Amino acid sequence: MSLSTTLTINGVTRTIELDDPRVTLLDLLRERLDLTGAKKGCDRGQCGACTVIVDGRRINSCLALAISHDGANVLTIEGVTQSDRLHPVQQAFIAHDDLQCGFCTPGQIMSAIGLIQEGQAGDDPERVREAMSGNLCRCGAYRGITEAVLEARRALDASGRKEVA
Amino acid sequence: MKNFDYLRPTTVREATLAAAEPGAIYLAAGTNLLDLMKGGVTKPDRLVDITHLPGLNLIEDLPDGSVRIGALVRNADLAYDHNFTRRFPAVTEALLSGASAQLRNAATVGGNLLQRTRCAYFYDPVSACNKRNPGAGCDARGGDNRLHAILGWSESCIATHPSDFCVALAAFDAVVETDCKTGRREIPLEAFHHLPADRPDRETMLEPGEMILAVRLPVEATLFAAHARYLKVRDRTSYAFAIVSAAVALRIDEGVIAQARIALGGVALRPWRAREAEQILIGSSADTAAFGRAAEAALADAKPSGDNAFKIELARRVVVRALALAAAGTPERIPALPGSPFVAVSGVLAHA
Repeated sequence: MSLSTTLTINGVTRTIELDDPRVTLLDLLRERLDLTGAKKGCDRGQCGACTVIVDGRRINSCLALAISHDGANVLTIEGVTQSDRLHPVQQAFIAHDDLQCGFCTPGQIMSAIGLIQEGQAGDDPERVREAMSGNLCRCGAYRGITEAVLEARRALDASGRKEVA
Repeated sequence: MKNFDYLRPTTVREATLAAAEPGAIYLAAGTNLLDLMKGGVTKPDRLVDITHLPGLNLIEDLPDGSVRIGALVRNADLAYDHNFTRRFPAVTEALLSGASAQLRNAATVGGNLLQRTRCAYFYDPVSACNKRNPGAGCDARGGDNRLHAILGWSESCIATHPSDFCVALAAFDAVVETDCKTGRREIPLEAFHHLPADRPDRETMLEPGEMILAVRLPVEATLFAAHARYLKVRDRTSYAFAIVSAAVALRIDEGVIAQARIALGGVALRPWRAREAEQILIGSSADTAAFGRAAEAALADAKPSGDNAFKIELARRVVVRALALAAAGTPERIPALPGSPFVAVSGVLAHA
């Protein structure tokens, strides 16, 4: 079969010819489509820096083969702003000073957006911490991240649960 | 990573034929497989991508009251299915105590059964490993083996099976439905994974090309819903493999145990069902003394495979504590930290 994959990335559908079946979704985004927001930290599904939302679910894009995700809808950090306004999760991360080096931040934000969409954590900081445990932050901004996720969820809730992403 | 041919079959028949060829392997979510391929641990010639096959991602209630979980059902979808969780709460607690949210969103039921051990020497291509390279020896024997097996291990291999989900499935007599060139068959989950003996490279009952279609949980498992728990002790509170875990369940009739289920995780190369321990509990009152006797029986054959004698006593305590939690009743909602010993369980009980 031909190695082509059709993906809708941040609302734009494109068919991409792959010269190699080994290309992960992460490498496709970063190396071939210049979408470098998703980061390559461990490249083994341990750090969460590569988190993107595929068909509405947050996943580790480093452990996803691009060819296997033919037909998928992908949302990356580059696609979360809404008409030049930061996404509520982005705003909350800034308000809570949730980054030092910032390397893990796109993955943290995509994971947080996914977490809020999943609707399982509610207002419980412990549930937020557990649900964010797949995103490592070497600078140790975990406390602020938890607060930001809780605040963003409340903000999104208050705005009538508008489309999150 | 070694290059490979990529195939995307459209039927199960096509898939089983394609995967029966030497060097072929099934690709589902790939959360374990791609990791192994990147590390040069697994070097398949051909990937047979089954993620586009129809009909394998259903959670079906069957007429006899059992539930059939398709091989491609994602861990998170099963765990957040309210109807499933109401009937099999300990299976959900096990699922939610495993991996991270991202991995649970991707990882499949079939893939969970087929995940490989996390023994560091298996993962390191320059270490000796009889599982990876039969006859090479086992560097784990004289190495860092604090987390290795205490039951069912051999001189050839002291690795453990890393799954949480499979431990709960073993406790509840789950059955694996498969398809291969010669037709369909059913394998009890308890027998699905081989103990290492002298061939640790033979990991499961599956023949070349044989594909997992579904896992079935029998209706009897639902009878334990009021008293079913999964307890997992690990080095971190979340996103870590078990040092020791236990799926336990009780049927209690006027304070007396009518039926019990106990399976241990992190102790052997398969989920370890402790049937003798279950028998000891029948007819006893649900108290610590009885739980202690059951724990003794469950670990009667345990022996350290290295620097891990502590796991034997830890496993006994995990059994006692899990049974006490189960006796207290299944919580209305899975705790914030699923499976964690650091969660105070209180409040309204479900299925009282």
